Amino acid sequence: MQRIGVFVCWCGSNIAATVDVAKVVESVKGEPGVCFAQDYQYMCSEAGQQLIINAIHEHKLTGIVVCSCSPRMHEATFRKTAEKAGINPYMVEIANIREHCSWIHKDKDEATEKAVILARAAIAKVNLNAPLQPGESAVTKRALIIGGGIAGIQSALDIADAGYKVDIVERSATIGGKMAQLDKTFPTLDCAACILTPKMVEAAQHPNITLYTYSEVESVKGFVGNFDVKIKKKARFVDENKCTGCAVCTTKCPSRKGGNEFNCNLDNRGAVYIPFAQAVPNVAVIDSTRCLHFKTGKCGLCEKVCSAGAIKFDQQDEIIEEKYGAIVVATGFQISDVTKFDEFQYTKHPDVITSLELERIMNAAGPTKGTLLRMSNKEHPKDIVFVQCVGSRDNTARGKCYCSKICCMYTAKHAMLIREKYPDVNVHVFYIDVRTPGKNFDEFYRRAVEQYNVDYIKGMVGKVYENENGRLTVQAVDLLADRRIMLETDMVVLAAAIEPSSGVKDIASMLTASIDTNNFLTEAHPKLRPVESPTAGVFLSGVCQGPKDIPETVSQAGAAAVKVVGLLAKDKLVTNPCTATPNELMCNGCSSCERVCPYGAIDYVEKEVNDHGKREVRRLARVNSALCQGCGACTVACPSGAMDLKGFSNRQIMAEVDAICK
Amino acid sequence: MTYSYFPGCTLKTKAKELDSYGRKAAEALGVTLEELDDWQCCGAVYPMAKDEIATKLSSVRALNSAKQKSQPLVTICSACHHVIKLVNNDMKNDENIALRANNYLGFDEPYKGETEVIHYLEMLRDKIGFDTIKQKVVNPLKGRKIAAYYGCMLLRPSKEMQFDDPENPTIMEDFIRAIGAEPVEYAFRNECCGGYMTMNDKSLAQKAAGKVVASAKLKGADEIITACPLCLYNLKQNTDGSLPVTFFTELLAEALGVK
Repeated sequence: MQRIGVFVCWCGSNIAATVDVAKVVESVKGEPGVCFAQDYQYMCSEAGQQLIINAIHEHKLTGIVVCSCSPRMHEATFRKTAEKAGINPYMVEIANIREHCSWIHKDKDEATEKAVILARAAIAKVNLNAPLQPGESAVTKRALIIGGGIAGIQSALDIADAGYKVDIVERSATIGGKMAQLDKTFPTLDCAACILTPKMVEAAQHPNITLYTYSEVESVKGFVGNFDVKIKKKARFVDENKCTGCAVCTTKCPSRKGGNEFNCNLDNRGAVYIPFAQAVPNVAVIDSTRCLHFKTGKCGLCEKVCSAGAIKFDQQDEIIEEKYGAIVVATGFQISDVTKFDEFQYTKHPDVITSLELERIMNAAGPTKGTLLRMSNKEHPKDIVFVQCVGSRDNTARGKCYCSKICCMYTAKHAMLIREKYPDVNVHVFYIDVRTPGKNFDEFYRRAVEQYNVDYIKGMVGKVYENENGRLTVQAVDLLADRRIMLETDMVVLAAAIEPSSGVKDIASMLTASIDTNNFLTEAHPKLRPVESPTAGVFLSGVCQGPKDIPETVSQAGAAAVKVVGLLAKDKLVTNPCTATPNELMCNGCSSCERVCPYGAIDYVEKEVNDHGKREVRRLARVNSALCQGCGACTVACPSGAMDLKGFSNRQIMAEVDAICK
Repeated sequence: MTYSYFPGCTLKTKAKELDSYGRKAAEALGVTLEELDDWQCCGAVYPMAKDEIATKLSSVRALNSAKQKSQPLVTICSACHHVIKLVNNDMKNDENIALRANNYLGFDEPYKGETEVIHYLEMLRDKIGFDTIKQKVVNPLKGRKIAAYYGCMLLRPSKEMQFDDPENPTIMEDFIRAIGAEPVEYAFRNECCGGYMTMNDKSLAQKAAGKVVASAKLKGADEIITACPLCLYNLKQNTDGSLPVTFFTELLAEALGVK
């Protein structure tokens, strides 16, 4: 029998306001093994921890239960406390009476009853705890960055500068991401390409960075410090080492019917193309779905004109296997689907465009060479209407409940740039709220209103339609003036909500990293660990974690890099001792556990066993404890109950259930 | 296929064509519409008041009659469909209304929104299928440029009506294609015609209806179809009458050769 101390935390009023902590203390005093119980205002504080240490010494405790917040918050803290007092850290159990109890209940009696039950369960478990010793594992000194936008590039550069090898995997043919598509950046209006392309080049030339463009992560196995990753390098049908980026093939390609993604499909590109002039690597790629050679077996014009002999129609996808110590997810965002908002006529009228499309129209390298033109008739517009929050802050099924954060600023930017370049154009902006916190941001917006006379109207647009003059009529409300307004305009620009890039769900499940209901990756702690995923060794950089602008993205990318460097700087990592172990006499070698193990930690051996005097060779499961992460999937899958998890044994779990149901 | 059928009062008076052609076309499509014996006026306006049930009772009676026959209930007038569908949702989701309506009506078994309410157009789309209709058309209306006018009651509130995308509906355009004609899409097809205002402010109704017709004309329509007796009246009487307005069932009957 253990000698158990129970420590009930008030967490200020977080717990004590809803749970009668004194009653919890009284209720657990008679539980088997409990020799001491006490409550305290802040158990995690130095004084609280000292209280635990003193009690351990005074009452010769062998196990402790802390009734407090989630173990994700302070389990590590209290384990250290126990260790200081000389008992094994795995003799500590946390009863979560905050997140699982006080925060979600209103009725004090009910919450108190539940807190007592949770405490009893933890006491029942700790009675069966055994001291555990953690092992060690090595760290592969190489980092993987998934996504080559500004977030991925910045994280890569920072890690590489610290002296570690970094690989960037980017699924499109060039790095640069969304920022490369932007014309100017707020709030300073410097050109995006001028500040991004030098970083792209630096990443490409850095001795510690390897770029895998036109590549995707195929699978991820392993765990923190020891990830085994397969990268699929898709066939470009162009030899990267031979191609000089002269772009002759791209001008000669006769298959030019398909849209140019870089220009938001506002113009077309050839089947062989370089995404844009400053692409890194500056290497052509053949889109086999559009290439006449792949479709008909004829053509091959690009092959004929390529003086470097770089065209390789027979190139195959290639799988690269590499080991990494840490992974940074920097998968970024995409513009959400505005076709669901047909009151704006985006699908029906070419003069209704998204802000990203306007970005390309305003760009000197864009489809109109930087001249602002209506896409319907290529004429100069006289009026432009911007609609903000298209799909953002929208609780209906077609929208996103969150604020996309960047739209107020880029809309102010667009409005200002247009008024600056074309003073004859009237610019109207419809908004719900203008949200411009950030250094020099509100000043920027005020400048658009006061200096550039941009007409900001609080209210939403209900309908856009083509009128008898061949222009667009915008039907809207002006909430401040409390009137309905009809505006005639030439273009409507929609500030569409941003959402995590497609495919992020697959990446998240490969990494066993969690995502929220909007598919943004979840951070380990929203305030204190914002760049770490709850999965050890996986870090978050940029918009994949939540909407943010370029300065914020770059800061977060740097923060993620620091975390990676901190991890890679270690030679050894302490491993979790709570690993699975099979009972050889009960195992029947069925492979159920191997199939469910996400870490590839289980294999099988032929081994002689002595089953009550009967000696025979059997096929038995074997767990590699260096790989096992203690998820417990195998213990549940095992049909004969042979698999058990240290620290969470079947007996312990059943004891908890019994205590709860008592 | 046999359905319970709720025609509604206007279809017995001002909008006889909507009803008669609807029945003929249904017959030609092999559908039996069984008119409910005991239907009463739906009230034409969905009562939003939560504290009274009197104006909902006729809908509940019709819904319960269809339930007794285990048949979906087909409506055809936009207003009837709007009212009956929303009352049915109340019977399903609003415990308070359902309890009081059932207490008053005293059916053998309380009505809880079991009946499926479908509009005639939904029946064409979801039960029969526009492809099947296309095959049964003997007299395709080739070359006719037809503007579909939805009005407001079929589409909104979209979450409850579940009829079509309220901003970009397609069901009537698909219908027009199925009978061999060319649909004309125009901006005001899903705007209110002002019909309810015609008694107390005729100029307002004229303005709203005029916009609908002008918008359809701008896109080259030769005629307008609708499912709503009130819209039809308004688009005819409160405009310059430059575009003919007919019920969609009339064109369906024509295309099926049963007019």
